[in-house]
This record gives sequence, C-alpha cells and structure tokens, in this order.
Amino acid sequence: MKRVRLAAILFLIVVAAGCLLADVAAPASYAHQFRDLPDAAPSRQHLLGTDDLGRDRFSRLLYGTRVSLLLAPAAALLASVLAAVIGGAAGFLGGWLESAVMASTDLFLSLPWLFLLITVRALLPLNVSPLASVTITFALLGCLGWAGAARVICADARRLCGSDMVLLARASGASGFRLLWRHIVPNLKPVLAAQFWISVPVFVLTEANLGILGLGVAEPLPSWGSLLRELESFSAFSAQPWQLAPLVLLVLTVSCFHLVFKKQELWT
Amino acid sequence: MRRRLFLFPLLLLVLAGGIAHGQSQLRFCLGAEPKTLNPLLVADEPSETVRYLTGGVLVRLNRMTQQLEPALATSWKVGGNGSAIRFTLRPNVRFSDGTPFSAEDVAYTVERLMDPALHSPTGDSFRSSDGKVRTQIVGESQITIVFPAPIVGLDKLFDQVAILSAHSPQKEMAVLGPYYVAENKAGSYLLLKRNPNYWKHDAAGRQLPYIDSVRLDIQQNRDIEMLRLARGEIDFINSLNADYYDKLAAQAPHMAFDAGVSFDSEQMWFNQVPGSPLPGYKKAWFTSTNFRRAISMAINREDLARVVFRGHARPAVSWVSPANKFWFNARLQPHPFDQNAALELLARDGFRMKNGVLRDRDGHAVEFSVMTNAGNKARERMAAMIQQDLAGIGVRLNVVTLDFPSLIERITRSFNYEACLLGLVNDDLDPNAQMNVWLSSSENHQWNPSQKTPATAWETQIDALMRSQAATMDVNKRKQAIDKVQEIVWREEPFIYLVNKNALSAVSANLRNVHPVSLRPQVYWNIDQLVLGTEVARSR
Repeated sequence: MKRVRLAAILFLIVVAAGCLLADVAAPASYAHQFRDLPDAAPSRQHLLGTDDLGRDRFSRLLYGTRVSLLLAPAAALLASVLAAVIGGAAGFLGGWLESAVMASTDLFLSLPWLFLLITVRALLPLNVSPLASVTITFALLGCLGWAGAARVICADARRLCGSDMVLLARASGASGFRLLWRHIVPNLKPVLAAQFWISVPVFVLTEANLGILGLGVAEPLPSWGSLLRELESFSAFSAQPWQLAPLVLLVLTVSCFHLVFKKQELWT
Repeated sequence: MRRRLFLFPLLLLVLAGGIAHGQSQLRFCLGAEPKTLNPLLVADEPSETVRYLTGGVLVRLNRMTQQLEPALATSWKVGGNGSAIRFTLRPNVRFSDGTPFSAEDVAYTVERLMDPALHSPTGDSFRSSDGKVRTQIVGESQITIVFPAPIVGLDKLFDQVAILSAHSPQKEMAVLGPYYVAENKAGSYLLLKRNPNYWKHDAAGRQLPYIDSVRLDIQQNRDIEMLRLARGEIDFINSLNADYYDKLAAQAPHMAFDAGVSFDSEQMWFNQVPGSPLPGYKKAWFTSTNFRRAISMAINREDLARVVFRGHARPAVSWVSPANKFWFNARLQPHPFDQNAALELLARDGFRMKNGVLRDRDGHAVEFSVMTNAGNKARERMAAMIQQDLAGIGVRLNVVTLDFPSLIERITRSFNYEACLLGLVNDDLDPNAQMNVWLSSSENHQWNPSQKTPATAWETQIDALMRSQAATMDVNKRKQAIDKVQEIVWREEPFIYLVNKNALSAVSANLRNVHPVSLRPQVYWNIDQLVLGTEVARSR
C-alpha cells in the first residue's frame, strides 16, 4: 500500500511538473492550428494526434491540465471555505441561525442553477480575454457550490457539539472561539477535506458542461472540461481512442489525490 | 371454452394473413417533437416534415428541377399584375377520410390562412399590404384568389399551403397528401399511414405512395440516430453534418450522399447600430467598408470549408447560394484570402501594425469579440479559425459562445455586441423572401435594423432595387435588380459571407428511387415515389 501511495505522489509530481513546464514541454502552442493535419492520429510530432482544427492534443492537454489543476481546486477551496464558515457557524451556534442556514441551503439547492448561470453569463461583458473568462467561470462555480457541503459540515459540527469531548472541554471552562478553534475545527478537517476532494472533479465536469452553454473556457484556451467535450460523440472517440487521454488523466489525478489524502488523514 | 377454441384458429389465420401481406414501413427520425399538426401554423422543422408528408397542395415545387408542377391544381394562371391567381382543380379527389375535395375547401383554407387571429406563419408570406383577400369560385373546378396588392412569386408560395377540408369532421386531420397521421405518441413517435384516397398514380396506374406507412421517431441524439441507421432501424437521415458524413462514407460509401452546395449560408457581421453601447472608435471601425473588407480578406474561406466542413462546403460569395440556379449572380467570385491586401486596405483608414498588434490612427489596439450560439460545433470551430486568421493581421478576436435567447436579445434589442457569427437557413428559391433582411427599415436588417432613413448611400440603393424588383412581374428585370443587389453586398460586405454548406444525407441501401437534392426536404422530397427493398422483392 505504501508503494501505491508513493507512486501516486510521484504521478502527481510528474503531472504538476508537466503542466508547470508546459511552455517548455509542449511541442507546439496550444492554439496553433496545423490545418493540413486535422484529426491526425498519434505520431512523433503529435504524441496524442491533433484535434478537429489540427491543434496538437498533447500540448493542449498540458496547458489544459495547468488551467484545470489550478482553477478547479481553487474553486473547490472557495466552496469549501464558504461551506466551513456557513455550515460550521450554523452547527456550532444552533438555534435560529441553524434553522435559517438550513432553510437557505435548501433554497440554494433547489434553485435552477443552470438558468441562473446562463443569466449571469448573459450579463457579463463579451470582450473578455480567455483567461478572464475561465477565472470568472471557476469563481462562479466556487461561489455557488457551497450549499451541499455546508449541510454536511453543519451536521458534523452539531454532532461534535454534543460529543463527550466537547462536554469535557466545556466542563474545563472552554467556550466560544477557543472551543470552536481548538476542538471543533480540527475535528471538522477530514469532512472538509473530503468535501474539497469531491468538489474538484465535480467542478471540472461542471465546467465542461457549462462550455456547451457558453459559460466555459473561451477559445483557444484549453481546459480539462473543454478537452472532455470532444467525448460528447461516442462514434468519435471509439474510432480515436487516444481522445480519452484527458479523461484518463482526470481519473488518475483525482484517484491519486484521494490516495495521498487518505495518508494525510491517517496522520491527522 | 368452445368459443375460445374457435377464436384461437381465427387469431392464427389473422396473424398469418398479416404476415403474408406484410406492410412496408419507412422509418426515420425527427430531431424534436412537432410543435403543431395544423399545417397553417407550421413554424418548426419537425412540423414542416409532417406537413410535407401529409399536406396536399395545389402546386408542388419539384426540388430537383426547381420548377413548379401541378398537384391538386391541374393548371394555374397568375393575373392582375401578380395580385390574382386562378387555379383549375383536379376532379374526383377525396380527403383521407373520404370527404370530397372542391373549390370550397380552397376558399376555406385561404380564409383561415389569412385570418389575422390565427397568426399563420405561412400566411405571412401572402400579406403584401393591408386589405382583404377575396376568393371567387368559378364553376365546380375553378377558383380565383385575389390579393389586395401584387405578390412576387405568388404561385410558388402555394407549395407551402396544405389544403384543409371545409366540411370534414376531422378538420385539419383530414388530408390530401400521400399520408395521414394515424398515431401520435407524444415525445416518442408519429405513425403516418398511406392515404387511401391519394389522387396520384404512377405510369402503370398504381396508386401512390408505394410505401404503406411512415414512422417518425423522435430522437434528439444524432449519435444514436447514426447507430440506428447502421443497425437498419431507420432508413435515412435527411441532414448530416460533415463529421458524420465522413465517418459514414468511410464505413459504407453507398449510404452517404452529398447533393452539392445547399441554400444555407454561414456569415458574420459587425454591429453598425448608431445607438449601440459601443465606444465611438469601434463604431467607426465597423461602419468602415475598408475595415469590413479587410477583415473579410483576412479570413481563409477555403480552409473553413476544408477543415470545419471536411470539404463539404464551398466559400460563399453572395446572399444567394450558387445552388439557386436562376438567381445566383455567377459573375461574382469569393473574396480571396490575402492578408497583405487586407493590411493595405486597413492602411487607407489609418490602421498600422506594430509589433504584431494592429492599431487605429488614435492608437487603439484592434480587438473585438465575435459571438455565436453555444453548442454549434461547426460555428465554434469557424470562430476559432477566424481567430487565428485575424491574428495574422494583428487583430485580437475574443470568441464568445452564448445560449441562443441571450444572443438574440443582444442582436435584436440591446445591440450590446460587436460582431456575430450565425447561419441562415434558406428554403425559398425566390430572393424576394429575403426582403425583410435587405430593406433598411426592416427589423431583420441585422447590422443596423429598423432605420428610419437609410444610413448609407449603398443601403438606399439596395432599398430601391429590392422595391423595384418586388414591383414588377418581369422576371428578367427582377433578375437584373437582384444581381445588382448581390454586387453591392459583395462590395460593401455588411454580411461577410463565409461558406455555403453542402446538403449531406445518409440513405439505407434498402430504400430505392432516392435522389437527394440540395433543397429541403433533401431525401424524401419525392416521398410518394420512394420504394423499400422489401416492397420491391414482394412485388416480384
């Protein structure tokens, strides 16, 4: 098991190095269109072939990994922090605040987010750079993705408040911020971490779906989401299985994160 | 018990008889559920399909020859300088339910069609001016329809008018076309059965259509539609995109049909609305003919056709497609891809390229956004290619994909956009149908709609030419005027025409007598002549 975790760490290091050194490692610009070679099969020049516009898939995968590995966890972190603050406060303080927060999370979860996101995109200015567009997209996801996690954290905080450990701490004179900071928050960490890791692939896939609605990453910037859009057509990827590379990388990366995370949890 | 014993052999006999006289069934898919089965209210493609298969019309446009042919009317004559038309009706014709067809039904249909309360999209084509449409029944088999003002291409418009019965209790479900709607399972399928009273017969005297029934399965997913065709569950796909076509051509070349360039075009345009919330310097760029022509020349149309449409498209020249044999101005050629010439044109307006960035005379870097509808892969690819082409002359293009309602809101109400890339689906042979695009006062004059007076001299000229061609019935004079409009649009480029797509379709080897054409409906335009292989085998 130790070896598997070590392999996972090594894999993540390679992926991180690959995307950070994309400017050097990529054989071509992610935007350059080799128009005489659209949909080319893997070759020496194009390790993963080219896409429908003749862009080098390997280069796009490297740059896309950089975008998604930076921004999806950032959005997941934003959502987790919001969930921790809102859910943690509700669970710890209880009473009317908890009822109000729970009611608002119910409302939040029941809203038709897709339509709201479409409306938000329609209100945004059109002339924004692809980088600004992708940042806005992930920021929106982070701001909107807290409600589900907040319910889990609220329930866990409530459970902790009623535990013997907290009862003992209260009996010893601990209260207020000290009780929250020293006893509740450290015990919420595993749940928060789990919520964070669950959110990362969810946000990557949500970004891919939003791309179809025009909310995703703008051309020509690649992301895992925009690369996964190529898999919309079954007939396309069954004929060109190398198109599955972004999906394989996503699954491996998320799995490796989970393996490493389990180890950290044990240490905690 | 005795009764059951009697019924069982009877059931077997019925089943055996059914198998012996197997019914031929044509199957294909609709991309969505038809919004209406009332032929006068058709506005969407699935409803149009049902109307085409079931509706009986007075005259039918032959999609191959692009000429009108007699249908329920054996002859017709346009008079009154284009404001009246007299039809001589085919005798002894009955609706699908057996109700006799007469001139009264035509009068009733016209009355319903022109009823303002009905808001018939088909009727809109006949509304040339205010006033009542009159019908006059002459004898048993003739009817004259008089419109308040002349209508250009009046006879061709009747290709869209399915005749309703004035007396049938089934109302619009009683039809005169080759099929009638026998079953409609919402969201799943429609079953059309052969009209037993269809008037048309083949040369050997056999009643048409040959195929007994048509099943229209509602299927939104094109991938599944392709799989179903491969499995033999459906008989054709009326319209394919280039990706699917190429895959099919590689696997089963005998099933892939390219009918050549279609009537549809893909184009982009700049926002030239004076009151739009764009900065003044951008408005100045977009209203400059040199700027628009330079952008047009910097776009490699050949590459768009070759890469995005896999060679199944051709560089567009004009607002009339080359598929429109009569009205296309053959003297015009596509704008060449020449980035040096584009930079020279831009230099005339004071634009200069420095360090790979194009700047106007005031130093503003040339950057603008082009929006297109999200989910349309071909347009997204075109936008990405145009982005790279324009980078070659130092222009930074931001590609924005929006959901369709938001896009329409921006191009029709808020005018908060810079450039737009969209397509035009065109089924009408007569360019007069695009009057609502070319008149500067029109709401659909996309680059600068609803103008009180034409903003430019060339728009004034287009207005005059379009009005003059609509006022005459002399086809040659009309052709001259339309040619001139095409030349002005080619020169001024309010729309930058990019490509005309080819009409691609897939047809199973089981379906015979198929001659796909570029005009809709590409595959089943001769539905009453189509034959299934099983039917051929049985008749032998």
